[in-house]
Amino acid sequence: MKTLIATTFLAAAALFTVPAASAAGYDGDLEKANIDVTNEASLQRGANLFMNYCMACHSTEYMRYNRVGRDIGLTEQQVEENFIFITDEAGDPVGVGSLMTNAMSEDYGEEAFGVVPPDLTMTTRINGEDWVYTFLKSFYIDESRPLGANNDVFSNVGMPHVLWELQGWQEKVVDEDGNERLELVRSGQMTPSEYDRAVRDIVTYLSYMGEPMQLDRQRIGLYVLIFLGIFTILAYFLKKEYWKDVH
Amino acid sequence: MASNPDTKIQGGVLGWVDARFPLSQMWNEHLAQYYAPKNFNFWYFFGSLALLVLVIQVVSGIFLTMFYKPDAELAFASVEYIMRDVEWGWLIRYMHSTGASMFFVVVYLHMFRALLYGSYKKPRELIWIFGVLIYLVLMAEAFAGYLLPWGQMSYWGAQVIVNLFQTIPYIGPDLVTWIRGDFLLSDATLNRFFALHVIALPLVLIMLVAAHIIALHEVGSNNPDGINIKDHKDENGIPKDGIPFHPYYSVKDLVGVGVFLMVFAVIMFFFPTGGGLFLKADNMIPADPLVTPDLIPPVWYFTSMYSVLRSVPDPFLGVMAMGAAVVMLFFIPWLDRNPVLSMRYRSFAAKFNLAVFVVAFVILGWLGLQQATSEVSEMSLRFSTVYFAFFFVLWFLSKERSMVFSLIAFAVVVGIYSFYDILRFDPDSAGLLMWSWLIPTVYLFVTMVVPAFARGLGRDRAVPERVTS
Repeated sequence: MKTLIATTFLAAAALFTVPAASAAGYDGDLEKANIDVTNEASLQRGANLFMNYCMACHSTEYMRYNRVGRDIGLTEQQVEENFIFITDEAGDPVGVGSLMTNAMSEDYGEEAFGVVPPDLTMTTRINGEDWVYTFLKSFYIDESRPLGANNDVFSNVGMPHVLWELQGWQEKVVDEDGNERLELVRSGQMTPSEYDRAVRDIVTYLSYMGEPMQLDRQRIGLYVLIFLGIFTILAYFLKKEYWKDVH
Repeated sequence: MASNPDTKIQGGVLGWVDARFPLSQMWNEHLAQYYAPKNFNFWYFFGSLALLVLVIQVVSGIFLTMFYKPDAELAFASVEYIMRDVEWGWLIRYMHSTGASMFFVVVYLHMFRALLYGSYKKPRELIWIFGVLIYLVLMAEAFAGYLLPWGQMSYWGAQVIVNLFQTIPYIGPDLVTWIRGDFLLSDATLNRFFALHVIALPLVLIMLVAAHIIALHEVGSNNPDGINIKDHKDENGIPKDGIPFHPYYSVKDLVGVGVFLMVFAVIMFFFPTGGGLFLKADNMIPADPLVTPDLIPPVWYFTSMYSVLRSVPDPFLGVMAMGAAVVMLFFIPWLDRNPVLSMRYRSFAAKFNLAVFVVAFVILGWLGLQQATSEVSEMSLRFSTVYFAFFFVLWFLSKERSMVFSLIAFAVVVGIYSFYDILRFDPDSAGLLMWSWLIPTVYLFVTMVVPAFARGLGRDRAVPERVTS
């Protein structure tokens, strides 16, 4: 009996330790994003970068502007002034309660990049935070590509190196051991460590975007567990009391 | 005037109701005067927990239905709307998705309990039959529900399963069109799956659960000793080893509920995706009929059956094998004819048989999540063989078998799959084929041949008169 239980549980444990599938077919090592979603300053910087560099092509259409503002500590006015670039049919900026779509049509996106730029609301949940982090750091010059850049993590990606002004340009070089790596050949506005931080900020923001309630659920979960712990202890003593006369 | 105790049970509102509806009678028959054996252990929590999960699923499901849109254009966005804009929507949604997996966890453990203590044996065959039907309906319910978020895994998972019917000769293609309501998986399919998921199947499920419990309360609960407590009654006709379900087991189950809800809460609040087992990352991409994902593994609770399907090269035979893997469960009460109910008093061979079955089921589940390499396919085939052999061995161990019978039966069973191995022999994979051949063979050798030589290992022990602890 005891062995039977032990075997069952061991087997069940084996079932639950399934390695996470690598995203988008990249089999190299991903750099650790090491993000902290509780860091409000990082979220704000990330939001700023995302709105200015990414949202011209990528929507986050399941999320609303005012929710983002509320969650990362910005007023509605700040959100309206800094983040809202899209307009309604009358040409006025959309309301702060609108979904975060973008101005680019799918047809235009397909014509310009060969593929419609995907919605990024849940990109960190689909691909993983480390993947997005490494992806944004892995663009390099490749003249054979229509937009002059390729990506080490996502080869032949349709997307240009949007952050080139910040990072500068990398080239793919082969060192004496025959290993390929990326080397910065033209520096941008940021030093490599500043660029790493900027990318980390974007990933932090996207991680928040993927599951905006993630901090809420952990906080509430703790209270629920404390309640259930007390409940279980009381239930246990109640059971003991009732079962005193069962022999 | 003296009241007459025979005619007046109780006054007041309860008396008024009792005169019109058997409320007190039902309360007594099913709770306050339902005598359950006093020796229930850990494994007996899962029945009431399954009922609890059913309630969680129904209630959270009702709230989801208030905001979900069963429309191929809107479904995906409406789920994200629930996750982001609906107050506490994320909690309800995670409750429902965690509940789906926990339902299967609890049901699998509940079924294991029945196998462990022979709860399917006379007079509880119908309880078992109703239970297997519940399991079947639950699978259909989970499958229909999984399509609703309309993500890539929803879509392609449903595609794979629906297309299984395509393999049926003659009627297959038309049948699939009829199921989908279209020539491809589309809005029409989503709508009908929604109807099945929110009303048709839950209704059947609840009725089957009622039948399951009524049948149980008719014959009484089994227990870890597999002894009929009704054989020893006191002068009032109450089983000596029985205690009223309420309050004894209602308060005891409360402890189980507390522990279970803690596990539930840890998953729901801290690991809602269960590392990709409960909610898959690919399902956060909206369904796209033009892009097939690289790997379309079913949700974990289907993967054992899926491995059985994949282990057979011919698609139609694979579907038949998968169906048989479930249907075989119905026959267990008539396969296992051994008079001893509980594994506690069964032989080593019987215990080993059950343990190997559990391990095979779990390994098949793990294999079903993997990309189908030749090793995975080979292992799936071997463990599927073990899965089906379990039912044969269950029958074989119904009584002590003679040496000759044991050896012949062993040779026949091993001969069947060895013959197939000879037919498919390929020098390139000979090593894998030969060592994996040992898996079912060693299992059958231990359960069928060893007891013929070492009689002690095949002999059941004496069952005590009264329950032990």
